[in-house]
Amino acid sequence: MTMTPDTLIPTKPVAVTVPPRPDHPPIIRAENLSVRYGDHRAFDQVTWTIARGRITALIGPSGCGKTSFLTCLNRLADLVPRCSVAGTLDIDGMDVLSAATDVIALRRRVGMIFQKPNPFPVSIRRNIALPLLDHRLCDRRTVDDHIERTLRAVGLWGEVKDRLNQSAFCLSGGQQQRLCLARALALKPDILLLDEPCSALDPISSGVVEDLIVSLRGRYTVVIVTHNLAQAKRIADDAAFFWLDGGAGRLIEHGPCRSVFENPAHPLTRAYIHGARG
Amino acid sequence: MSRSRTDRWLLVGLRASGAVTGAVVLLVIAFLLIESWPASRHVGLSRWITDPSWYPTSSAADGRFNLVPMLWGTLAAAGIAVALATPLALLSAVFCRFYAPPTIARFYRRMIQLLAGIPSVVYGLWGLTALVPLIQHFRPPGTSLLAGAAVLTLMILPTIALLADAALANVPGDHLRAAAAAGLSRPGTIRGVVFPAARAGIFTGILLGTGRAIGETMAVLMVCGNIVQTPTSLFDPIRTLTANIALEMAYAMGDHRSALFVSGLALMAIVIALVAMADRIGRGYAYA
Repeated sequence: MTMTPDTLIPTKPVAVTVPPRPDHPPIIRAENLSVRYGDHRAFDQVTWTIARGRITALIGPSGCGKTSFLTCLNRLADLVPRCSVAGTLDIDGMDVLSAATDVIALRRRVGMIFQKPNPFPVSIRRNIALPLLDHRLCDRRTVDDHIERTLRAVGLWGEVKDRLNQSAFCLSGGQQQRLCLARALALKPDILLLDEPCSALDPISSGVVEDLIVSLRGRYTVVIVTHNLAQAKRIADDAAFFWLDGGAGRLIEHGPCRSVFENPAHPLTRAYIHGARG
Repeated sequence: MSRSRTDRWLLVGLRASGAVTGAVVLLVIAFLLIESWPASRHVGLSRWITDPSWYPTSSAADGRFNLVPMLWGTLAAAGIAVALATPLALLSAVFCRFYAPPTIARFYRRMIQLLAGIPSVVYGLWGLTALVPLIQHFRPPGTSLLAGAAVLTLMILPTIALLADAALANVPGDHLRAAAAAGLSRPGTIRGVVFPAARAGIFTGILLGTGRAIGETMAVLMVCGNIVQTPTSLFDPIRTLTANIALEMAYAMGDHRSALFVSGLALMAIVIALVAMADRIGRGYAYA
């Protein structure tokens, strides 16, 4: 059978689950959220809630607005020239898109890891100390304790404790990515946004980082963009499928990971999961 | 075949231009060494430092050849200028890049480019007619180390500011995004991320500024008073090594003329020491 987007894309995404269950209260609520870069629509009319303390995977082909969606959650979209965000977005009672929102406080609570590890061009120690001190989360006397605790949390302490004053660029790619994770965790965020955190790493480093992400379950709300469907299936509790329709990304289907992967409600999701599309 | 021939010619061309550039530096040094040789031989090594004063004559036996006061003059004027211009230039680059609205930043940058293009004699003229009388009003005679250092500050400020501005502009967007995602404040981002990333470029700017301050001749000659003495206060007139060469070259003969080449060699040595120092410090910062 031939699939034409016009006939297949429903006006509303298919929600496989019933609305949020009491044991998974939502922490992020998006309503009619749209992002444009100039005339280009990155994604359109996304209405969705993301549950607290769970790992939610965003899947779908490139260019369908997954990363753009992430950058709305911590207002990093503000950095992009000619980017405009419409709709409403609420994180734990905070109106994210309001001009009055304290962006710095928002970004402390919503950490982000990028595809390419991007440690600051300073020493390993200072990579963690800098955000801690800038947010006044500790003073100079206690900062070393915080650094050690954070580096232990990402399993990096044993590897770097003798060279904390070396440049972060001396580390391998996987270590750099864990340092970036440590840098985000040091700020005690509620939410972590991960934009393809493993795709630039070798398989072993990728496995280490993936295990770390799994260990965050329950303590943090994790929203991860990944092109690796097997990875999404392994680690995510919930999944959301984005697709490009008429030049703009759309949220096609979302729900518990198992139902999205094993029993997708939408033919496009089914086709994508089975490798027929995208 | 023809492609590899083109490559070969390109290689020859590149090597030739590289050789010319290197040769110019070596030739300048060789020329200075040859021209300063008679004075070095007749005056010896220690008299440049131990002689009671600078009173050069065409035969070394009758003259006095102490270069130290002028060396201090050069170092003091350039040192003060760099110390004053560096923070000002960095602040103006940061303002331009991170705080000013785009239209103001563009205008401001254009102004600094203009400032960099003003001929040094114009700075000297301004110093002589505006700055020196002002200083004279408080502390005669007016022509002084302070006047020289102030004029030099204005002259090297745009050099450092433009290079620092370019260095800040070249900070990778990845670093800025990382800083934004970590919720760093703007001052925190600039101090903690932007400056470390732009360190090498900023350093180059300071180095070029220092070189310009040490080598500047006309402006300092016009405002410094040109009395050979080791300055003990900001208001003392001084003579720099460069001004000395310009003032005396026209009538110098014999060992006197050769002695001026020795002061040129001393200037060259300062600049080489500066570059070596910068190289060491730059290597210490070899992050990024």
